[in-house]
Amino acid sequence: MPVPAALFLAQRASALVLAPLVLIHLGLAIYAIHGGLSAAEILARTQGSLGWSLFYGLFVVAAAVHAPIGLRNVLREWLGWKGVGVNLALAAFGVLLLVLGIRAVSAVTGI
Amino acid sequence: MLGPRSQHHKGRYAALAHRLSGVLLAVFLPFHFLTLGLAIEGAARLDGFLAWSDQPLVKIAEWGLVTLLSVHLLAGLRVLALEFLPWRSARKGWITAGGVIAAATGLAFLASALA
Repeated sequence: MPVPAALFLAQRASALVLAPLVLIHLGLAIYAIHGGLSAAEILARTQGSLGWSLFYGLFVVAAAVHAPIGLRNVLREWLGWKGVGVNLALAAFGVLLLVLGIRAVSAVTGI
Repeated sequence: MLGPRSQHHKGRYAALAHRLSGVLLAVFLPFHFLTLGLAIEGAARLDGFLAWSDQPLVKIAEWGLVTLLSVHLLAGLRVLALEFLPWRSARKGWITAGGVIAAATGLAFLASALA
């Protein structure tokens, strides 16, 4: 499969995964912000939870695929940055999101 | 009722909103992960950040992020529908409805934060 077609499919597939996760995340944000946030409240919900670990783990992986491909389109079309440079920079950005995201999920779930 | 030209302009605005919200969310995401990662250093470290974030300007920024995420989600669903679904007639009011739903989501977050 040509690279542009693979990126197009990966962008759409990750969007389909992200859509319900974002919906739940937004609902949780509106619920959790009520009365202010505290570390104790957040960690009580997430620590040791395999469910939240899988939920946010999947969220991170899908976002790490989705965001760099979207940025690549913007950089290519708006700034004219094409070729190997933009691909390497955005692959690095994807890895950064993956590493920081998995670290964050591990921090709040303890898993 | 909107004519085809006006509908076309709305489509361009929706595409622009989708892109700009996506870029801003992508820039925000590493910082969001770094903040949550503070929990590795203990609950007190995370609480320190949360106490700092409990100020009006940060709440406004959080409202902006929630609204941006809603805009990106709804505009993204529109793109998926345009590309993969045959429901041409069902798309007519989607952009306006999406804008209203995104604004309502942002306001619901703000109301919950201030309650």
